[in-house]
Amino acid sequence: MSKTFRMGGVHPNDRKISNDCAIEVFPLPRRAYISMAQHLGAPATPAVNVGDKVKTGQLIGTPSGFMSANVHSSVSGTVAAVEPVADLAGNKVMSIVIDVEGDEWMPEIDRTPDIVREITLDGPAIISRIKDCGVVGLGGASFPTHIKLSPPPGKTADCLIINGAECEPYLTSDYRIMMERPEEIVLGAVIMMKALNVTRGYIGIEDNKPAAIESMRNAASGYPGIEVVVLRKKYPQGGEKQLINAVTGRSVPSMGLPIDTGAVVQNAATALAVYEAVQKNKPLIDNTITVTGQCLPESHNWLVRVGTPYSEILGAPDGIPENAAKIISGGPMMGKAVANINAPTVKANGALLLLTEEQTRRMKSSNCIRCGKCVDACPMGLEPYLLNKLSGAGKMDELEEHNVYDCIECGCCMFTCPAGIPLLDHIRQAKGEVIRIMRSRPKK
Amino acid sequence: MRNLIISPSPHIHGRENTRRIMADVLIALSPAMLVSVWFFGLSAIKLILVGAVTCAGAEYLIQKHILRRESSVSDLSAVVTGVLLALNLPPSAPWWVMFIGALIAIGVAKMTFGGLGQNIFNPALVGRVFLLVSFPVIMTDWSVPQGLFGGSVDALSGATPLSMVKEGIASGLTVEQILAQNPDLSYGQMLFARVGGSAGEVSALALIAGFIYLLIRRVIKPTIPAVILGTVFVVSGIFWLSDASRFTDPVFNLLTGGVLLGSVFMATDYVTSPMSTSGQIVYAAGIGLLTVLIRFFGSYPEGMSFAILIMNATVPLLNKYMRPKRFGGNK
Repeated sequence: MSKTFRMGGVHPNDRKISNDCAIEVFPLPRRAYISMAQHLGAPATPAVNVGDKVKTGQLIGTPSGFMSANVHSSVSGTVAAVEPVADLAGNKVMSIVIDVEGDEWMPEIDRTPDIVREITLDGPAIISRIKDCGVVGLGGASFPTHIKLSPPPGKTADCLIINGAECEPYLTSDYRIMMERPEEIVLGAVIMMKALNVTRGYIGIEDNKPAAIESMRNAASGYPGIEVVVLRKKYPQGGEKQLINAVTGRSVPSMGLPIDTGAVVQNAATALAVYEAVQKNKPLIDNTITVTGQCLPESHNWLVRVGTPYSEILGAPDGIPENAAKIISGGPMMGKAVANINAPTVKANGALLLLTEEQTRRMKSSNCIRCGKCVDACPMGLEPYLLNKLSGAGKMDELEEHNVYDCIECGCCMFTCPAGIPLLDHIRQAKGEVIRIMRSRPKK
Repeated sequence: MRNLIISPSPHIHGRENTRRIMADVLIALSPAMLVSVWFFGLSAIKLILVGAVTCAGAEYLIQKHILRRESSVSDLSAVVTGVLLALNLPPSAPWWVMFIGALIAIGVAKMTFGGLGQNIFNPALVGRVFLLVSFPVIMTDWSVPQGLFGGSVDALSGATPLSMVKEGIASGLTVEQILAQNPDLSYGQMLFARVGGSAGEVSALALIAGFIYLLIRRVIKPTIPAVILGTVFVVSGIFWLSDASRFTDPVFNLLTGGVLLGSVFMATDYVTSPMSTSGQIVYAAGIGLLTVLIRFFGSYPEGMSFAILIMNATVPLLNKYMRPKRFGGNK
């Protein structure tokens, strides 16, 4: 029987239009805009100057703190500028702008398609290679992978979970890599298990992707300790806490970290990036991006170099249909609305989704009918109707008492509300405020 | 550059909305409405129409002319109240009684609290209980009006099974003697609407059909009806086992009176029932217990309406203290 997390969740329509679109290599951009803030934590410090010649895979940004990551050039050419560039929301972020000339790679990168199965590096060397190659979590949060593979003192991992749930509607990039590069993902998992010194690895995949389950099962069959776990299709299965619960039955405590359960979760695409970093010496400079939406004549799964402007991927302006009213970076449940279509891709971009006005229209909100559907839908066991009311009344202490800080912003409550109340808008705001208050308190 | 919509996630919404839910409740009530029209003919049609139109009209006029805000009558919740109240009246009730009850339900029980979602007590039940205390004779007159095709009406007795039992016991008979005198009081008759009662409670089967529809459409969860029915069964069973001459058996108690109509359509009212599953269990068990106690020891033959209204009053408290389980464990 398929497993799933223990409470809440919703069932939005799949709409995996691009399931059968094989990954295609997207042409190199004319100019690449490589952001220094592609990971959670402090932005990297530019390590090149205007006029420098760079090669594909060359280090161009170095970490500026513990929580930070390397950034590499995704193209070869000349540095045209080191300046702030607007990201998808329009915020200026320090970036390195490179005029693309040819495609000359760093010589130490293995560009052959051969699968390297023998893992020669030991644990610490694996983690340091992952750090060198600037690998970050590709599931959305962009958490630097080398930090996640180094549990803090006093905590130990006992299993690794590869997240192949891809529970958001429309998204298919993880599905495609599981279909096309399954053994490399399994090897990525084996490498991370070695780094974590654990013997058990799980690959969680939802039961609406039978072909991917089959593909990964075949690939994993030669690797002891790795098991494909079939999950019942339900959003937000790919949420870190939900996935750990679905696969192991354990629950991350409130305010706790996933490592408190002994589980470390990495996305399938991250596992592939880890494989490429450790076995092929290839930094994280490209990723698979699903470009989809019913309003598009055709959907694609593109392998895109980091720093390619969205406008080029979408073929703007002609490639954007007249009726596309919203462009989302990511999925329809948790993705971000794009304000600036000239924004460049970053490492963790997984999709560009185009919705029509009708598809994304918000209902006119009416009275709460106290149906309790938001309570049933919340995967964290919170009471969204109550948090919404307390948020409106500005009652910060009661919001804290009712665990508003545990909200994972999955949007299930708002998706399900029959009265069309913008629950998450208000809860998100209250959560930010409450966490600020909690942090400002003197530590006990 | 073109104008893109910029708003926070989620960017899509499920298909549910208030009007669709209320429409589903009306669809679920339609078997009971059809049965009542079949047996009681024009009187039932009249009650249902007066109920629906008065409730919707009252809500519209109050919102438009007294509260001076946009009317929400199109969400159909007022129509549901009107139909429910109609199905809770004796089929012979005159139209003006229905009219008064509908005004009380919407005007007093719903709009004075702030409209849909704000009221503490189930509006249809407030309307019914108001009528029961104001017009006790009309509200307990179970004479049977002419049915649509006349024929099947003969089998319907003029009193409800519960009132027959109550009166019989009051006159010194035992339950066995009462049942022996009234061969119509078989379980089969109750299932297929051969007994007297409110317009909506005469056929258990029609109500069960509506229940199944609501479950399939996920309008309600089975928790509240299941716990009420279970509690009624267990509590009446305990009394029955202790003295079968004074107390009716558990199946009789499930199939008679407003237990089904109340537990499926009234106790599950979103607004006036608790939010968390644990709260719903306590609320539903309370309704089941009070219903049996009123039936066996109260002066009214039926206790469903009062039981639900009493437990409605505990809902704010249950919401405060019966919290859902948090994911990472409650504090």
